Amino acid sequence: MKALIPNFVLNIWDWFPPLTQYLIETTFWIAVVMITVILSVAFTTYFERKVIGYMQGRVGPNRVGPWGLLQPFADVIKLLIKEVVVPEKSNRFLFVVAPLLTLIPALATWAVVPLSDTFVIADINAGLLYVLALTSVGVYGVILAGWATNSKYAFLGAMRSAAQIVAYEIAMGFALVGVLMAGGSLNLGDITEAQAGGFSSWFLLPLMPLFFVYFISGVAETNRAPFDVAEGESEIVAGFHVEYSGVAFALFFLGEYANIILISALTSIFFLGGYNSFFEGWTFLAEDSFLREPSLLWLIIKICFFIYVFFWIRATFPRYRYDQIMRLGWKVFIPVTIVWIVVEGVMAWMQVGPWSNLSG
Amino acid sequence: MAEIQNFTMNFGPQHPAAHGVLRLVLEMDGEVICKADPHVGLLHRGTEKLAESKPYNQSIGYMDRLDYVSMMCNEHGYVLAIEKLLGIKAPERAQYIRVMFDEMTRILNHLMWLGAHGLDIGAMTMFLYCFREREDLMDCYEAVSGTRMHATYYRPGGVYRDLPETMPKYQASQWRSQKEVDRLNTIRDGSLLDFIDAFCDKFPGCVDQYETLLTDNRIWKQRTVNIGVVSPERALNLGFTGPMLRGSGVEWDLRKKQPYEIYDRIDFDIPVGVNGDCYDRYLVRVEEMRQSARIMKQCVAWLRENPGPVMLDDHKITAPKRVEMKDDMESLIHHFKLFTEGYCVPEGESYAAIEHPKGEFGVYIVSDGANKPYRVKIRAPGFAHLAAMSEMVEGHMLADVVAVIGTQDIVFGEIDR
Repeated sequence: MKALIPNFVLNIWDWFPPLTQYLIETTFWIAVVMITVILSVAFTTYFERKVIGYMQGRVGPNRVGPWGLLQPFADVIKLLIKEVVVPEKSNRFLFVVAPLLTLIPALATWAVVPLSDTFVIADINAGLLYVLALTSVGVYGVILAGWATNSKYAFLGAMRSAAQIVAYEIAMGFALVGVLMAGGSLNLGDITEAQAGGFSSWFLLPLMPLFFVYFISGVAETNRAPFDVAEGESEIVAGFHVEYSGVAFALFFLGEYANIILISALTSIFFLGGYNSFFEGWTFLAEDSFLREPSLLWLIIKICFFIYVFFWIRATFPRYRYDQIMRLGWKVFIPVTIVWIVVEGVMAWMQVGPWSNLSG
Repeated sequence: MAEIQNFTMNFGPQHPAAHGVLRLVLEMDGEVICKADPHVGLLHRGTEKLAESKPYNQSIGYMDRLDYVSMMCNEHGYVLAIEKLLGIKAPERAQYIRVMFDEMTRILNHLMWLGAHGLDIGAMTMFLYCFREREDLMDCYEAVSGTRMHATYYRPGGVYRDLPETMPKYQASQWRSQKEVDRLNTIRDGSLLDFIDAFCDKFPGCVDQYETLLTDNRIWKQRTVNIGVVSPERALNLGFTGPMLRGSGVEWDLRKKQPYEIYDRIDFDIPVGVNGDCYDRYLVRVEEMRQSARIMKQCVAWLRENPGPVMLDDHKITAPKRVEMKDDMESLIHHFKLFTEGYCVPEGESYAAIEHPKGEFGVYIVSDGANKPYRVKIRAPGFAHLAAMSEMVEGHMLADVVAVIGTQDIVFGEIDR
């Protein structure tokens, strides 16, 4: 890549102090990842409408552009040119800040996500904690939006969301404790590396229950069906974002879908080996086949699969009632994770599964 | 100590789950409902009053618009009441056609209910699956009457016209290729009866599909079992009819208990529930759809073999054929009289009730001997059901209100009239 850059640019580059160089480089990559995520969000909405459309015997968007591919852009333009109505009796400041609070954590988490074996924006050692912290911050946007709107529907949505996140955050955290025990590190890159060696060394098999708990909690975290009580279309109309319109609504929308992609990415990293190849170590593939190499391609395939599962679930299941969600979180998921952490401890002690080659 | 107040919430009239214009004032303790106060009247169009100012035949169209998801059944109640006053009976073939379309309407209504109920509880796919089959039935409406919703097909003395030999067909467009259109049209190549026959064969399979998605679904069961329980005694006292009553375990169906038209010659079962909760009512309605398909099948078989008139030949009440009008003075006069002043109905009163998809739909007419009714009173089943709303949702959560509204199968066209 360096060969493409003219010499004088490199000379100017060398002239910068190292700190500035670092800042410029990081900002560049942040911009690249952000734009990619936002574009993916646009096409995730298209993907969702198509997938659900075909599942329901429809065809989905097919009017704007070839096969409706430009539909997301049409939607964005529509939302951008709409008026943002701020209800008179709302708390104006919080009303405007809330959508940003849901979007920013969803984007910021991408900093520690290892996209390939060589690329991660911030290779920090407490990556897992960072992920947990940021996904929890996201709920503030929902709660504040519901409260600032000063509407009863939005308020109910916010209350539901708050209770739901508390329950599922714990289950999610416990599931990640299992990943931490198996991976032996809080660094997402190291966790992925620990799963190198093809399908059989992924954490999916030894941590199967935690995988299900994590993914289902992820669906609940993102307020997607069947856990979408916080916006429950047919009960509290749109819940916390009932009064939002135009750009402010678009930000919520963006945040929700960015979260879906994020949860899919994290699930792939924690349980499906992230960028590791499915076929790694398979001898019948050519030695230098790109299919055996860890690469971004694998991560993308896994993310797309989980996104698809999100939509599949949405098209299949009715919505839970609020108290049933609580019951599922507190009485099913948390016990399951605790039990499995104990089982995992025994497995690590007996040195079976991923712990067989650990020393001590 | 701070005073704790209940939370009052306005549910509707513009609410996606309000099934039209239901305004519910909910008094809530957190998420739990303390009291629900339904307000009606937002869709009041004065149907009864309108019917009193028009010749009898001209009000049939208003009946379609009462319960706008089971159009022909409403017409049936009204037409039966007039026939009772006039002392006439429709020809046998017309009776079979009416029964067939009543059952078709029942399926139409239950499909709409199932889809909307599913959508309310969050099973969004259900809605579109149901609409897929609804589309076919709407085509049958179109074939006999020319419109897909408000048919005005039943008339005192029979039905407007005999079943057509052709079905309406799809046409190719920018969005639908010729190949796809041909695929859609293969089932529409024969007569209407062929189409209905094919539909009845395929429909139980479709119902199986719906049931796969819902009946054993844990979430669906969690959302419907033991929600809105009504005991059989209470259901009777509240004036419930139709699936709402049968869901509570009371075996009451006008088609069996007071057979009208030719229901006594038809073989079908009436499903009843056990617990009287939303889930039982769901099962009852799903089974009713299967039974309706069975009834339709029997009607198709009879109609294929027995051609005949579908309208009485008494031109004081029914319109003469258009062909006859061209060279027959008397027919022309009849036609003119019928479509201007209508016919006069002997003095008296009559009440005719039919087993409407939602319950007992009754029309009470008082005639003073003029060409328009002195008084029309419509007994809408949904009204009695809605009255039990508060009782059914007390102590449940907000999300259950939606499930109960769904299970009552409320349509405001008939409640507000």
